[in-house]
Amino acid sequence: MKIGSPKEIFAGEARVAMTPDSALQLQKLGYDCLIEAGAGVLAGFTDDAYRNAGVTVVATADALWDEADVIAKVRPPETSEAERLKAGKTLISFFYPAQNKELLELCKDKGADVIAMDMVPRISRAQKMDALSSMANIAGYRAVIEAGNNFGRFFTGQITAAGKVPPAKVLVVGAGVAGLAAIGTATSLGAITYAFDVRPEVSEQIESMGAQFVFLDFKGQQQDGATTGGYAAPSSPEFREAQLKKFRELAPEIDIVITTALIPGRDAPVLWTADMVEAMKPGSVIVDLAAERGGNCELTKADQKIVTPNGVTIVGYTDFPSRMAAQSSTLYATNIRHMMTDLTPGKDGKLVHNMEDDVIRGATVTFQGAVTYPPPPPKIAAIAAQKPKEKAKEPTREEKLALEAAAFKAQTRSQLTLLTVGTVVMLIIGAYAPASFMSHFIVFALSCFVGFQVIWNVSHSLHTPLMAVTNAISGIIVLGALLQIGSSGWIVTILAMISVLIASINIVGGFLVTRRMLAMFQKS
Amino acid sequence: MSIGIVSAAYISAAILFILSLGGLSNQESAKRAVWYGIVGMALAVFATVFGPDSGKLWLVLVMFAIAAAIGWQVATKVQMTEMPQLVAALHSFVGLAAVLIGFNAHIELGSVQALEPAARAALTGFAGVLAHKTGVEISILKVEVFLGVFIGAVTFTGSIIAFGKLAGKVDGKAKKLPGGHMLNAGAAALSLLLLIVYVQGAGFWALFLMTLLAFFIGYHLIMGIGGADMPVVVSMLNSYSGWAAAAIGFTLGNDLLIVVGALVGSSGAILSYIMCKAMNRSFISVILGGFGNTTGPAQAIEGEQIAIDVDGVAAALNEADSVIIVPGYGMAVAQAQQSVSELTRKLRAAGKEVRFAIHPVAGRLPGHMNVLLAEAKVPYDIVLEMDEINEDFPNTDVAIVIGSNDIVNPAAQEDPNSPIAGMPVLEVWKAKQVFVSKRGQGTGYSGIENPLFYKENTRMFYGDAKKSLDELLPKIA
Repeated sequence: MKIGSPKEIFAGEARVAMTPDSALQLQKLGYDCLIEAGAGVLAGFTDDAYRNAGVTVVATADALWDEADVIAKVRPPETSEAERLKAGKTLISFFYPAQNKELLELCKDKGADVIAMDMVPRISRAQKMDALSSMANIAGYRAVIEAGNNFGRFFTGQITAAGKVPPAKVLVVGAGVAGLAAIGTATSLGAITYAFDVRPEVSEQIESMGAQFVFLDFKGQQQDGATTGGYAAPSSPEFREAQLKKFRELAPEIDIVITTALIPGRDAPVLWTADMVEAMKPGSVIVDLAAERGGNCELTKADQKIVTPNGVTIVGYTDFPSRMAAQSSTLYATNIRHMMTDLTPGKDGKLVHNMEDDVIRGATVTFQGAVTYPPPPPKIAAIAAQKPKEKAKEPTREEKLALEAAAFKAQTRSQLTLLTVGTVVMLIIGAYAPASFMSHFIVFALSCFVGFQVIWNVSHSLHTPLMAVTNAISGIIVLGALLQIGSSGWIVTILAMISVLIASINIVGGFLVTRRMLAMFQKS
Repeated sequence: MSIGIVSAAYISAAILFILSLGGLSNQESAKRAVWYGIVGMALAVFATVFGPDSGKLWLVLVMFAIAAAIGWQVATKVQMTEMPQLVAALHSFVGLAAVLIGFNAHIELGSVQALEPAARAALTGFAGVLAHKTGVEISILKVEVFLGVFIGAVTFTGSIIAFGKLAGKVDGKAKKLPGGHMLNAGAAALSLLLLIVYVQGAGFWALFLMTLLAFFIGYHLIMGIGGADMPVVVSMLNSYSGWAAAAIGFTLGNDLLIVVGALVGSSGAILSYIMCKAMNRSFISVILGGFGNTTGPAQAIEGEQIAIDVDGVAAALNEADSVIIVPGYGMAVAQAQQSVSELTRKLRAAGKEVRFAIHPVAGRLPGHMNVLLAEAKVPYDIVLEMDEINEDFPNTDVAIVIGSNDIVNPAAQEDPNSPIAGMPVLEVWKAKQVFVSKRGQGTGYSGIENPLFYKENTRMFYGDAKKSLDELLPKIA
């Protein structure tokens, strides 16, 4: 089958759904790859680069839509593009079916199968094709770069001959994928980074990225992200109040605010109000990653960069991934390639649309002339529910000493018990056994004791040589045979002879092989 | 040579043996220790052969010559991967020798008791020792003979089966006859009965019948234990061979035999204990055989196994600064130790930190992996034990798992219902990236699904370990 990617026709979109690298992998799955001429230019992939990777470059969009069985693109199809679909074709792209009802109907009427990359369920198995996450990651990174571009100072604090530079203070609101990426970028540039999220369980992730979690003084029930598939849910009015109060406190000292708070299927919550913007220092920057959905900051204007009267820059771009087209195309193309891998179980270039598969089912929005959105809930929960953690108490010095003393006592007690029992057993044996037996028995008991003391010190790595050498010395049983071989009876002599033979094999073989092994152990 | 000199030689030999075992506490002193053992053995044998109680010198020398030739052949030819089989085979020799010597003691006792008192007094050697025993002493002697033969017989057949399983000549799966352990218990009870009959004065038939029963117990006991438990089995048989020697020592009144038997016996017992501890299982549960007593449904594993090709592994290794390699039985099967060593050399030459993590029960013999790596000239100071290295995984870029499965199974820590729950494991999944070299998608020896293979940072590097590594080597910069 043929898989093709057209040039994106949405204004300003620089990404492309297939890269020369991903094409190579797709060819390994048995597909022929097509690309519209010039599709990758804005992302830095020339037509020649595609040709070198074995991709057929098709001159026009018409020809591509006509020829390809599977069409992979980035943006949801425009109406003109959707018109070109027909039964038997599969479209893979972002689709946002909830917002694009008419487009969905159109695709259904055309009879094409549509897989929406934004509908891939959030389960571990599907992470490799989670394009939302890979794009969010880029957006988070780019947001910090964009902020730095508009911010007049260093991120990191420096003491130079020309004076002291204070470090920038960055606040990241919403610690999803984009938020965490922003935290990572900001901290690695040297900024003091704070982060806030309504889901308390992400505090650990925030701290692991090097930021400080902004704690709210709030007594009520906080939400557990596990019930909503890892996404945030709307919070109670009381909680919101507490949150805004905290932000108002922080606003005057923060230099850069990056907001990423989104709730699935709703407008972005307003978290950074006009009065907070006013309280900020001139030269501060706000980057609003939620601009497409109305923005987390009250003053955000989508797709625009504005400067408020008090000198605060508010960046409301909505195309951060497209601004890093080379990187985002690479990641998106890999997501698509993973999706194709799942759709091609036989690796034979034949697409198998398995609607029993949780991931494929979840992402499919139209299938064989029917709308299949919304999907049934997935069989596997995205994240295990968080159990409240009990903090292990740090024992005090007294407690530690008491524990040690108790352990010492227990050890003494067990040793004394063992010794007592041992002595009693010995006494009982001694009371009945004849003296000749006892003298041997003493030797036996002491040897066992010595053996236990000695063997515990043997290094683990020498256990095999230990077995070989004990094997060799257990050949000492030859002494028994030697003592018997002189006997007058011929049966005894023959049996003793055999014993001498096999026990001696043991001795010679055991020692030689031990020596061979030990000679191999070398220090570097 | 008088009795006194022989005894003195025995004392020296015993001390040399203790030093020999004690010297194994580190690799350097071990090289000296094995000489202590050899000298001790030579001293003991020399003193006995030329001592007062021996005879038929020419026969002894012929036997020694043949044995030395065979032993030399075996020891120089054996592959290091075949070490477990060799050890098991050698154990069976000790067991058989104990059985034969026990029979001899019985026959000798019979012939001595048949003699007139006057003739008895004139006897020398082992017969002389027997001749001077009182009634109680004779009874004790019979118990000792009986015990020695019993342990020896169990060791003999048990070791042969262990050898067969390790060499792949007998199916490695746990197998039991119908009746299972009741058969073993029955045979043991019958043996106890025969012991009483034998001490009461029954003839050779009782001893012989018991030997057959013991042969059966050894066979059936080891048949019922799976291949993954072989480290415990081999060290247990090692222990038995020691106890058999000690029992024979009591029979013959020879202190050196008792000392050495006790040393070997306790050594094997400690090894078994260490191995059981490493699997978080009791000795009894290993001997009674088999996994399978799960306490509830295993945790469902989500995700899938993601494969990776040679180029991917090579790229990750070239970028990594620290690498930990976890070898297992699969490495031994694929004979991949040389390739592993070559990989280590190349990575170290590129300035990367490469270390090995060895689980106590990796392989089929305690310390098996160490010997294989040593054979391939991997320096022993980068080969670390589980406890030494487990904390370092989070700071490691790449962990490579070569042919091990259960010892890196996170279910042991995460899933309380897993049959291996609580077993200490190597926490490879904490490394930034894990590559698992494995033949196919199947489960490990214990048949337990391994969630490690489904983790996000795990990539499966399918194929024969040696072949995959050989393909990988030229791509390492």
